Amino acid sequence: MNIQNPPRAGTNGTGGRRRPPRTPKGRQVDPQALDEIRALLTDRPRRRDLLIEHLHLIQDQYGYLSAAHLAALASEMKMALTEVYEVATFYAHFDVVKEGELPPPPVTVRVCNSLSCAMAGAEKLMKELSGKLGREVRVVPAPCMGGCDRAPVCAVGHVQTFKATVDSVTSAVKAKPHARAWNPDVDFAAYQKAGGYTLLKSCLTDKRTRDELIKIVSDAGLRGLGGAGFPTGRKWALVRAEPAPRMFAVNADEGEPGTFKDRYYLERDPHRFIEGVLIAAWVVEAPETYIYIRDEYPELRLMLADEIARIENAGLSPHTRLHLRRGAGAYICGEESAMIESIEGKRGLPRHRPPYVAQVGLFGRPTLEQNVETMFWIRDIIEKGAEWATSQGRHERKGFRSFSVSGRVKNPGVKLAPAGITMRELVDEFCGGMQDGHAFKGYLPGGPSGGILPASMADIPLDFGTLEKYGCFVGSHAVVILSDKDDMKAAALNLMQFFEDESCGQCTPCRVGTEKAAQLMAEGPWNVKLLEELSTAMRDASICGLGQAAPNPLLCVVKYFPDELTKPLGSW
Amino acid sequence: MADTNGKAAPVKFTLDGKEVEALPGETIWQVAKRQGIEIPHLCYSPEPGYRADGNCRACMVEIEGERVLAASCIRKPSEGMKVKATSERAKTARQMVFELLVTDQPERATSHDPQSKFWSWADRMGIDVARFPEREKMPAPDRSHPAMAVNLDACIQCNLCVRACREVQVNDVIGMAGRGHGEKIVFDFDDPMGQSTCVACGECVQACPTGALMPATLVNDKNVRTEFPDREVHSVCPYCGVGCQLTYHIKNDKLLYVTGRDGPANENRLCVKGRFGFDYISNPQRLTKPMVRKDGVAKAADDLVDPSNPFTHFREATWEEAMERAASGLRKIRDRDGPRALAGFGSAKGSNEEAYLFQKLVRTGFGSNNVDHCTRLCHASSVAALLEGVGSAAVTATFNECKNSDFIIVIGANPTENHPVAATFFKQAAKRGAKLVVMDPRGQALKRHAWKMMQFKNGADVAMLNAMLNVIIGEKLYDQQYVQTYVEGFDQIAENVKDFTPEEMEPICGIPADTLREVARGFARAESAIIFWGMGVSQHTHGTDNARCLIALSLICGQVGRPGTGLHPLRGQNNVQGASDAGLIPMFFPDYKSVENPEIRAKYEKAWGKKLDPKRGKTVVEIMDAVHAGEIKGMYIMGENPAMSDPDLNHARGALAHLEHLVVQDIFVTETCSYADVILPASAWPEKDGTVTNTNRQVQMGRKALPLPGDARQDLWIIQDLAQRLGEKWNYKHVSEVYTEMANLMPALDNISWERVEREDHVTYPSDAPDKPGRDVVFDKGFPRPNGMAKLVAAKLLPPNEAPDHEYPFILTTGRQLEHWHTGSMTRRATVLDALEPAAIAAVSRGTITKLGLKPGDMIRVTTRRGTVELNSRQDDGIPDGVVFIPFAYVEAAANILTNPALDPFGKIPEFKFCAAKVEAASPRMEAAE
Repeated sequence: MNIQNPPRAGTNGTGGRRRPPRTPKGRQVDPQALDEIRALLTDRPRRRDLLIEHLHLIQDQYGYLSAAHLAALASEMKMALTEVYEVATFYAHFDVVKEGELPPPPVTVRVCNSLSCAMAGAEKLMKELSGKLGREVRVVPAPCMGGCDRAPVCAVGHVQTFKATVDSVTSAVKAKPHARAWNPDVDFAAYQKAGGYTLLKSCLTDKRTRDELIKIVSDAGLRGLGGAGFPTGRKWALVRAEPAPRMFAVNADEGEPGTFKDRYYLERDPHRFIEGVLIAAWVVEAPETYIYIRDEYPELRLMLADEIARIENAGLSPHTRLHLRRGAGAYICGEESAMIESIEGKRGLPRHRPPYVAQVGLFGRPTLEQNVETMFWIRDIIEKGAEWATSQGRHERKGFRSFSVSGRVKNPGVKLAPAGITMRELVDEFCGGMQDGHAFKGYLPGGPSGGILPASMADIPLDFGTLEKYGCFVGSHAVVILSDKDDMKAAALNLMQFFEDESCGQCTPCRVGTEKAAQLMAEGPWNVKLLEELSTAMRDASICGLGQAAPNPLLCVVKYFPDELTKPLGSW
Repeated sequence: MADTNGKAAPVKFTLDGKEVEALPGETIWQVAKRQGIEIPHLCYSPEPGYRADGNCRACMVEIEGERVLAASCIRKPSEGMKVKATSERAKTARQMVFELLVTDQPERATSHDPQSKFWSWADRMGIDVARFPEREKMPAPDRSHPAMAVNLDACIQCNLCVRACREVQVNDVIGMAGRGHGEKIVFDFDDPMGQSTCVACGECVQACPTGALMPATLVNDKNVRTEFPDREVHSVCPYCGVGCQLTYHIKNDKLLYVTGRDGPANENRLCVKGRFGFDYISNPQRLTKPMVRKDGVAKAADDLVDPSNPFTHFREATWEEAMERAASGLRKIRDRDGPRALAGFGSAKGSNEEAYLFQKLVRTGFGSNNVDHCTRLCHASSVAALLEGVGSAAVTATFNECKNSDFIIVIGANPTENHPVAATFFKQAAKRGAKLVVMDPRGQALKRHAWKMMQFKNGADVAMLNAMLNVIIGEKLYDQQYVQTYVEGFDQIAENVKDFTPEEMEPICGIPADTLREVARGFARAESAIIFWGMGVSQHTHGTDNARCLIALSLICGQVGRPGTGLHPLRGQNNVQGASDAGLIPMFFPDYKSVENPEIRAKYEKAWGKKLDPKRGKTVVEIMDAVHAGEIKGMYIMGENPAMSDPDLNHARGALAHLEHLVVQDIFVTETCSYADVILPASAWPEKDGTVTNTNRQVQMGRKALPLPGDARQDLWIIQDLAQRLGEKWNYKHVSEVYTEMANLMPALDNISWERVEREDHVTYPSDAPDKPGRDVVFDKGFPRPNGMAKLVAAKLLPPNEAPDHEYPFILTTGRQLEHWHTGSMTRRATVLDALEPAAIAAVSRGTITKLGLKPGDMIRVTTRRGTVELNSRQDDGIPDGVVFIPFAYVEAAANILTNPALDPFGKIPEFKFCAAKVEAASPRMEAAE
């Protein structure tokens, strides 16, 4: 034997040597987990942009993401462990379970705690459910699920229960619901029968020109209805001016609390949307089209998958390949560049601009990005002409808008109303007025970012650009009506907590700012000066719209509801 | 926006009311800095390789006409833009950003690094009080890693460590998990750093602006930094051939920590050894006094001295006694048995000057060419093939050239372990989109980045490479014009590879024929392809043939002499290139001039004033054989450890024990010292001045940073003193005089004076003029051979010398580990490295572990025809079934007891990478407590 005294490090090397590691550094891949992952992925490509899709496969199959499965997936996709982990932990709908940790209970009930549902008693419901459903069920709060007109909303698994009560949720849990493809009001056959896809075919056979379509859409004044309101025709022209290949990404990640219009249109007439998408893809000549749909709408995703297959079988998409991508519970992915990151399989961090998405977007290519509703109107506008659109409108505004109305009105829901309508008109003419026993006190004109205005300012025409001077905007036209029974500070706090939860965390003003603002707003009397200073920095220095607009509600409360500041914080 | 044609013009814009110009690509922050306007920054690092991320928002500026502020670190100005860097609005936002961050920091007084970049900016901005409520949950400290202290309560989520780990070093361990204010820096799956895949390159520590990540040695038990340097010295890393430049940070003549410097090879990067592996120099086992063998203590091959207590065999001596004893022993043999009865092993770990003087001492003072060093054990076959084929043994292109490559082959090398910083550039190239092909019998970390991983059968290199040549020639994918102009021997190669069809070779090399085709085509068609190889190619009895195949591959496709192309054997030791250049090899004088050429010899005889031995000397393994044969009786070994590094150690140690007189010069009682008559305590790298030449042909300046311990002396002084005692009239007063004498004899060093290296820190050779940078890529216009033509030499299939059989069914292959250098004499005495890899291991496959009925970590016994070792098993999924890998750094289970001394006929390099072995469970023993 040749055993000899090895050299010693350090001065006190007398304690005996540690045994060397039994494997190379870090977590090793478990062969059984690897077999399971391979069985799950089958022959799906191992491309990195499919990471989130693959994580969904595991989460759906096993109910959670075990460390062993994640390590196996990383190995299979030739990714580093951390690259998989950071994506898996970014999205709320993935449950990462490390060695020695308990997996989550088999059923998850998500209780929406965004403003409309909170006003409808979500917090109380959540408490009651937690006590009642037992250990096999996990009850967690969740952000807006797009059922604000039927609040409060709960999701069992991902299947939603509207106007939820303890009883209705309990029986839903017992029924173990699985999401099934939505049965659209107008299906493929009915849509075609009523003249659907004629316009697309005329495009594909070059009976229409791209310039002509751009002109009609521009003349009609169609604007991005996801909230930014960028003129659609101009966007098409800008993207077309960029070098090929160009990409097309459709934003069906409707997550702005109070917004449910995209869901509404997809449920009713999905092919009107799909035809719009296919026409836009034809206009910008995008060989690849990605539709990114939020995970909160599983029925619509399954429906779209079916309908896309029908479209492909019918040969209606020879010019572009349609990809359906599934979100995973992250509001920020509704931000256009964050959505692109998510489609690329990454964490949903908004990008810096410039360069703009139209220049450098999906996979580094020039990209057209459009919201669902914007695409929904393409066919009608082109077939009926620009004037059909511009002839509508009120108070010198042109066009029409889909308002998602929730809160204290008699008849909430999606209201297709003239652009420029005032809130009072909208409430009175379209929503049957206020609920009994509620007096109109204030309103959110455009979701949490759009600020809060008092009822005394309900006669301002509502449209892109009309509210900015009041520190507000109309955004996705998500209207929440508040009454004398609602506490404005509590509403603002609810909205700030939403931003705190949904901030991607990338930049300091938003990551730390939303957290500190929520803390300040939750405790004692508001330190208005500090909140205002903080708001200024958040607005000026955040990377994206989330952080920039997050202070709007609180600033509105300070500005328009000064009386409330002295009251104690209320609740529902 | 930058022009697409890359010829962007400067951009004119206004900065704080002043007209300024931005160079193409410059950001507002960079222009402001040039203009003397200091904008705070945290997540932005101006160091090379760091992408601006714009996330911390500490550098916001106001741009007229824009709704919100812009991050100046990432925003590029456009023509006519009006930027206000010091407006109230911008300042207010920056102040608030700092206030928010200060809120959640540990108290200033007890903060982890009170002098961090973060605090120094906060001080300058006058932020001390935060008005916001603190967060509730503070992350706990993570002290699981021996090298680094992790204190995420100081983390500001700036993401610099993520970019350091993922984009700069591409080790891909650190991530940003979670989101919002729950966002958190994680290692792998939020594991303790010490249990993660972290390779401890320390890039994150160097990047962190807050002290959330710090070298563990700087902080006290409360995780507060207490140590601050009083001076800095710039130098080069003493470990591998990459040649990273670094800065020693020193306090009271003690090394506190090391940071990477912007050298040509490393661009600020270091690996675990270069950053955390320096305390060997102050190890208690350090030699500080000369020692002589006690009278009457016999030498025996199996009698190794305990380095903690050498006094069983040795006693301390004065320098005078030790030197005289050293010299007289050598003199006696020389005068009695003739010059060729002496031999010297110099070192690739010393400076060029030391190597030069050492070989000069052997050639003039001893009087023979019996001088060699560990290059014989590393790249001797590559050198033989390169000299034969392209007329030069150095690399044709720096490894950094891979940034210009679109196709990269790494064969028989495991650079993430052995050339970690070079590997970062390969990984970056792969990330950028270059096709990386890794050819190695072992799976390895580069595999994840590879376009193709060709895990071929051990020893089947020629089969695989000839099959690729077959495809390229058969499909006429080679560069016909290049071959006509610059290559001879093409027809022989074409004829030779005819039978090596991919289908025929598939069962031999284990790579599917389609893959062989695809990779061959990819290489031939690439715009610019480069080949890197390591000891997996060279350490075979067919090592020279392996290298010949690579040379042929590269030359017939014209993949040499242009940016992004070339042949690059990754050199092992920090100065193995320089030591070979300086003539520390038996067949060549400095600059690869043959000792057997009378004209050349005459020149050197004139220069050195001495008659020189006209016959080439013996190589490392030949010298050991000659000792056994009684031909060589005395040796002088400086900084080498053949009692660990040579193949078939029982034989080699037997030879050393058999020597009549052995002088060893080192910094520790190495295994080789066990057989010494005299041990001379020498200088460690940070204790001396001198140049070294890295794998890239870059001559770099190493500087003395620390005093010598005890009575230890400079190696140069020792060599010169010995020479004088052997009758040489040397009188070098400064290391620069040695360099100048050497450079005058070496055309390769033309235009590279000592003063120039001193001034520029590094110069690449060849350099065309004293004021012109050296050439990264050579052979753009032919080769230093007759007619400028390269020569191809065909390689036939030769089996490894010792094939597995019924009795020895496993293949044993040896090599290195990331943490341990060579025979471990330095690294096993470095606290961090020892903690990370404390004992010998044998890596085997999961299948082998199961088959032997073991659990990972259980002891196994590995036996070959030459010996047996017992050591801990390591289950490694990169190892194929039937293969065992043992790193050779561990004396307690020395791999080289097992290895086969059979030599490559050209390079005389032993077959370290292949021999037949038996692997068994060792006798069971109690599980040691963890």
